[in-house]
Amino acid sequence: MKYVLMFVDTGQFHAEVAAMSDADREQAYGLVRQWFTDNADKIKSQTHLMPAHTATTIRFGPADPVITDGPFVEGKEIISGFAEIDVANLDEALRLAKTWPACPLIEIRPIAG
Amino acid sequence: MSTAAEAELARVVRDHAGRLAASLVSLIGDFPTAEDLVADAIEAALRHWPAEGVPDNPDGWLYTVARRRGLDTLRRNARYRDRLTLAGWPLPPPEPGDRLRLIFTCCHPALPRTGQIALTLRVVCGLTTAQIARAFLIPETTVAQRVTRAKRKISDAGIPYRLPDADELGNRLSEVLTVVYLLFNEAYLSTTGEQVQSRDLADDAEFLAAMLATLMPAEPEVLGLLALIRLHRARAAARFTADGEIIQLPDQDRSLWDHEAIANATRLIAKAASFKRAGPYQLQAAIVAVHAEAAQWADTDWQQILLLYTMLDGLAPSPVTKLHRAVALRYTAGPQEALTEVEALSSALNGYHLWHATRAELLRDLGRTNDARAADARALQLTANPAERSLLRQRISWT
Repeated sequence: MKYVLMFVDTGQFHAEVAAMSDADREQAYGLVRQWFTDNADKIKSQTHLMPAHTATTIRFGPADPVITDGPFVEGKEIISGFAEIDVANLDEALRLAKTWPACPLIEIRPIAG
Repeated sequence: MSTAAEAELARVVRDHAGRLAASLVSLIGDFPTAEDLVADAIEAALRHWPAEGVPDNPDGWLYTVARRRGLDTLRRNARYRDRLTLAGWPLPPPEPGDRLRLIFTCCHPALPRTGQIALTLRVVCGLTTAQIARAFLIPETTVAQRVTRAKRKISDAGIPYRLPDADELGNRLSEVLTVVYLLFNEAYLSTTGEQVQSRDLADDAEFLAAMLATLMPAEPEVLGLLALIRLHRARAAARFTADGEIIQLPDQDRSLWDHEAIANATRLIAKAASFKRAGPYQLQAAIVAVHAEAAQWADTDWQQILLLYTMLDGLAPSPVTKLHRAVALRYTAGPQEALTEVEALSSALNGYHLWHATRAELLRDLGRTNDARAADARALQLTANPAERSLLRQRISWT
């Protein structure tokens, strides 16, 4: 089954990464790169997004679409990237997700169809 | 139908429903579909058996109905239908692993707790949606919705029908034990004496724990939970007056306790302890056992209970455990020390009726009657359980 792992950033995590020394930050990124390499057989694609301040939301209604600054949910938790994986079932997806070395939250969703 | 006949009917259904579900899932290969068929068969059994009597081979009867129903409804799914068409009776009995797979799937952590409970009761214990609704005092449509959603999640999210691997087992098993424990709590600890239920969920909780203990005899926490349930139930006859008023532990007639069951459960705790992996259920069972072994309230070994609660709070820290520990402290160090501990839990337990009730008892010990009455009044506002309400109301008016 195919799933998307949605990586979710929190303000706190963001601040922690920003506060790291360059060497520590590079090491943290290294862990993430390593994770993608280690699981390359299951990961079909992956996308890292620019931070939330770059987001723009367009909302459709009866009148003209309304364009606003920021992500669609104003909250502390922001999607920072996603990866498509192909594994046997949810347990395997969970097993993979549990080894994720970075941001503090992942939503797992099967791909429709 | 008499209560005894209903209990017997529940027992027969419970004995066969889970086994049939396990066999059918293995046969068809699809959990939600098999679940539907078994649920339909049970509904049919509950319509027919009370009037016609339980058939000699209830499992064959249930299977025949489930199969007929399956051949009828699975027309569009040739794969499932073919497997059902070819299946002869008797079905190969489910392997022990099949029944475990069933319960681990029902209690998968990706399902909401309410869905886990509803599914486990339906699939493993053979309860109908209506029975679950009555037991939890919620609308039948709510239960039906929980079951439907849980099954849809199993299908759509790809929750597998499998046993957890060794490295997952600890977490997955504790999920299952939580469901059984919650079920027991709901059924037993929150019942009132007068309530007459057609289906006693405490039976189902004990059935599940016993089944797990048979299938996983080397898991000490499973044995601990089974012992805990049996110890509580061994005291059931002494818990209520004829009018359904709660009789508190100090005032219970201990000759009404089932001392043989207590001795058996204590042996179970010893067996669990021999694995040298202490856990919350074993410790809770040990605490209940210490109470159960005291010939009189005055003989209670409070030092031992204090020690066990301290260990329990160390393993699984919780304000409620600390509250219980404070009660043990009342009998070892005195009410003032206990009250100090209880007051320290104020922000965590301010919404919990037993915090106020315990505080009231300690205040009463210390002669602060007005404060005690106010605390009881607060407790009364916070509990809906009629037996507990009545107890608190008495205390307010008497003291």
